[in-house]
Amino acid sequence: MPDAISFRSIRKQFGSLRALDGVEFTIQEGEFFALLGPNGAGKTTLISILGGLTKPDSGKAEVMGFDVQTHYREARRNVGIVPQELVFDPFFTVRETLKFQSGYFGLRNNQNWIDEILENLGLEDKADTNMRALSGGMKRRVMVAQALVHRPPVIVLDEPTAGVDVELRQTLWDFIKRLNEKGHTIVLTTHYLEEAEVLCNRIAMLRQGKVIALDTKDNLLSEHQSVRSLNIRLSGGNLPRGLHNKLISKQHDQYQIRLSSPEELEWVLAEIRVAGLQILDMGLDKPDLEQVFVATMRRHDAHA
Amino acid sequence: MMRGFYTLFIKELMRFWKVSFQTVAAPVLTALLYLLIFSHVLQKQVQPYPGVQYVEFLIPGLAMMSMLQNAFANSSSSLIQSKITGNLVFILLPPLSHFELFLAYVLAAIVRGMVVGAGVLAVTCWMAPPALQHPLWVMVFALLGCGVMATLGLIAGIWAEKFDQLAAFQNFIIVPLTFLSGVFYSIHTLPDIWLRISHLNPVFYMIDGFRFGFFGVGDVSPWMSLCVVFLTFLTLAGSAILLICTGYKLRH
Repeated sequence: MPDAISFRSIRKQFGSLRALDGVEFTIQEGEFFALLGPNGAGKTTLISILGGLTKPDSGKAEVMGFDVQTHYREARRNVGIVPQELVFDPFFTVRETLKFQSGYFGLRNNQNWIDEILENLGLEDKADTNMRALSGGMKRRVMVAQALVHRPPVIVLDEPTAGVDVELRQTLWDFIKRLNEKGHTIVLTTHYLEEAEVLCNRIAMLRQGKVIALDTKDNLLSEHQSVRSLNIRLSGGNLPRGLHNKLISKQHDQYQIRLSSPEELEWVLAEIRVAGLQILDMGLDKPDLEQVFVATMRRHDAHA
Repeated sequence: MMRGFYTLFIKELMRFWKVSFQTVAAPVLTALLYLLIFSHVLQKQVQPYPGVQYVEFLIPGLAMMSMLQNAFANSSSSLIQSKITGNLVFILLPPLSHFELFLAYVLAAIVRGMVVGAGVLAVTCWMAPPALQHPLWVMVFALLGCGVMATLGLIAGIWAEKFDQLAAFQNFIIVPLTFLSGVFYSIHTLPDIWLRISHLNPVFYMIDGFRFGFFGVGDVSPWMSLCVVFLTFLTLAGSAILLICTGYKLRH
């Protein structure tokens, strides 16, 4: 069975900027995959290469086994991409837009599927509204619908929830999750790491055009399991001096203290007791994807 | 197989038809104004061909000029708008072949040119009903002329990155080529040097061939004009398809 997506030694330079520097990984069919990285890491360039909008200087990208350059028609039939920028054609209504998009993919009678998409994305009421008259969130929904008109086995969403309300996020993710359950491969880039943590099962982290982490979500989280933090409220004085280098943040009488290992907890509590302070409240934080992300980026920068 | 082409073609037609007041009615009105003014000023002084009144002579020229300018405007403005607003991505992501893309933009622009041409003839023919001696030549030159300009518009739209670049292309290349092509005069009335220069202008052959279809007389043979216009079309079409294939300024 071919991989849903494969990148082999992809390099791309824009002037003096090295956007992608030997990117290489594959995504299996049926995965819910997150592509994470700070702004300018190369995520969008990589997605553009997949859709044939950008040509790599060297390397090869494939969708469902089809080279995006030599077999561009088959490759494009197999992938639906939601671009990051909010763009639309002001001449047409939502339904016209989706009918045209179906036609570009060679589909003639796509009405039933278009209706299903409209319903699933909460767009039924807006079907005959001109694109110009839609709010930003609604336009974003239409862009998602446009990427789905040809029922692509691979769906790529480039920051689909940037600047949209909670309701759309819920509607969108419910629909995308259902598509994933039906076997569609989903690739997602997002700045909301909690979304990636809830939805995705495998993650690649990109920085300065390089893949710096690639693993299942569970592995990435457990790798950082030993890093926890203690949230504690104190009365009777300030944090003992010996704990200052462990302090992550402070707000009034509330302190967040980094624990390098679970055993360190006892030592921290002992320090507090010796200083004669009272504990008003306390709790432990488990690492989340955000902390893993920050730690991975820091580690990369330290080695760079 | 050609569903993608057909859809893009229909979309391009709808795009100009939805704003037909601006894309069809406006150029027809402009042509009518030219006709009223020039015929009023020059009717008594000029008789381009024996037995052909200046107004009769001017009508096919104006119709062709409007057709050519609008064919150019359609493909070029559609592309530049899509590029600047970013919605070109919805045409670049689907599996449309290079040739489908070319054909859809060019044919839709030809249709706009023909619609405008028909409009100009319809509103001006009451002043002097055109003779229409060889309707086939009229159709051939109308279609080919619009084809050349539609293709040139496609190339300009691909090349331009900003509206002012496209406007420069239009104002400094298209307008001089059409104005100096014999729309308003027979080139035989020109001094020798300008006569020679006019022969280098492909638009002259489009208008002369088109006019031949009406009056059965022209400055050069219609076959000669056909050769020049057809070769121009082939050269431009080849270049446009090459640009689309290589992704020049479309796929980075």
